[in-house]
Amino acid sequence: MGRGAIEGKRRMAASEASEGGLSIHPMEQFEVMPLFGGDVVELLTITNSTMWMALMLAAVSALLILGMRGRALVPTRVQSVAEILYGFVRQMVTDVLGEDGVKFFPYIFTLFIFILFSNLLGLIPYSFAVTSHIAITGVLAILVFGTVIVLGFVRNGIGFLKIFWIGDAPLALRPVLAMIEVISFFVRPLSHSIRLAGNVMAGHAVLKVFAAFVPALSVFGILPLALMVAITGLELLVACVQAYIFAILTCIYLKDALQPAH
Amino acid sequence: MATSSDAAEAAAEQASGGLPQLDFTTFPSQIFWLAVTVFVLFQLMSKVALPRISSVLEERADAIADDLDRAEEFRRQAAEAEASYARALAEARAKAQGIAAEARAVIQREVDAAMARADAEIGARAAESERRIREIRDSALAAVAEVANDTAGAIVEAVMPEVMDAAAVKAAVQARLG
Repeated sequence: MGRGAIEGKRRMAASEASEGGLSIHPMEQFEVMPLFGGDVVELLTITNSTMWMALMLAAVSALLILGMRGRALVPTRVQSVAEILYGFVRQMVTDVLGEDGVKFFPYIFTLFIFILFSNLLGLIPYSFAVTSHIAITGVLAILVFGTVIVLGFVRNGIGFLKIFWIGDAPLALRPVLAMIEVISFFVRPLSHSIRLAGNVMAGHAVLKVFAAFVPALSVFGILPLALMVAITGLELLVACVQAYIFAILTCIYLKDALQPAH
Repeated sequence: MATSSDAAEAAAEQASGGLPQLDFTTFPSQIFWLAVTVFVLFQLMSKVALPRISSVLEERADAIADDLDRAEEFRRQAAEAEASYARALAEARAKAQGIAAEARAVIQREVDAAMARADAEIGARAAESERRIREIRDSALAAVAEVANDTAGAIVEAVMPEVMDAAAVKAAVQARLG
């Protein structure tokens, strides 16, 4: 008898207990569960998270690889969406990092497209938002953080530490500013990851709460339903904006490594 | 075994307040599959999708540049054609003006010649007329003198025949006539 069976029974009991009344479980949607039997999430277990990452890969491939198959001079709709995404990220990278940053473009594009598509797929009802998990966003943020540190020292040697030493501030203030800079530098992966996961999680939780009100209010359920439609629109915006923020912050952090003198 | 892991999970869940995001038992799996997905995605993007999009965009930019070049060439040709047309037009106009001026000059010359001829004829005729008028006047004057002589002679003869002197009378009449 696996522990998941017990877990399942407990969950069933909980839902039975709340039957009839208002049962709101806004956090249930975030549970990572094995897809093919078994109840323990091992290292290689295929979970709903795995599945949605795979679906994200499929969707991205459909848009950016199959969509570009025609290589049309006058693009089809799908092709022009792919081209717009490319142009958008490319523009962002060259705006922030200059021509020097073009070699980081595939890296930043991968991050952007991963987050954008995970966010968007997460908005499908009954789907799973991969990016609502701090484990995912944290790893992505640490990846960026690590890249900045390694790249900074490789490119600038010990001079990379100058990003903490504000040259144009009064001398007396510099140690204080350096301390603040160091703290803010090390807080970056935290804020970078929690901003994304928090936004996605909050939106989905709010939607779930409203969803619970729809059947509970019978006819008047139309009101929370209408609100849900509006919030879904808002979440669509949040999904895109958060992917953009993650990507542009990645660019800005990489800029520290490439051009430490601000 | 089951109970111990169960207890561990319960403890973890209690510690995390039940938030699935903080259920650390799922982290290894999530991170592993994330690594796989990001690796595959990066390979797909950097090896297939991005080069393809960038080559399509480049081809398009090239095609547009070519078209613009061709359009520029056509524009230049059109401008050339227009210039040569304007040149031909100006030439034709100049030629027409030349012909008109020539014709005008010829006509003018003919008119001038005719005028000159007419003037000469008029002058000749006027001179002739004047001459004839002078002759008539002279003969008339001569006749007047003769009549005056005769009349004066007759009067003198009638009044005082003893002093009649034809020559004196003639001289007197001549003096009076001026």
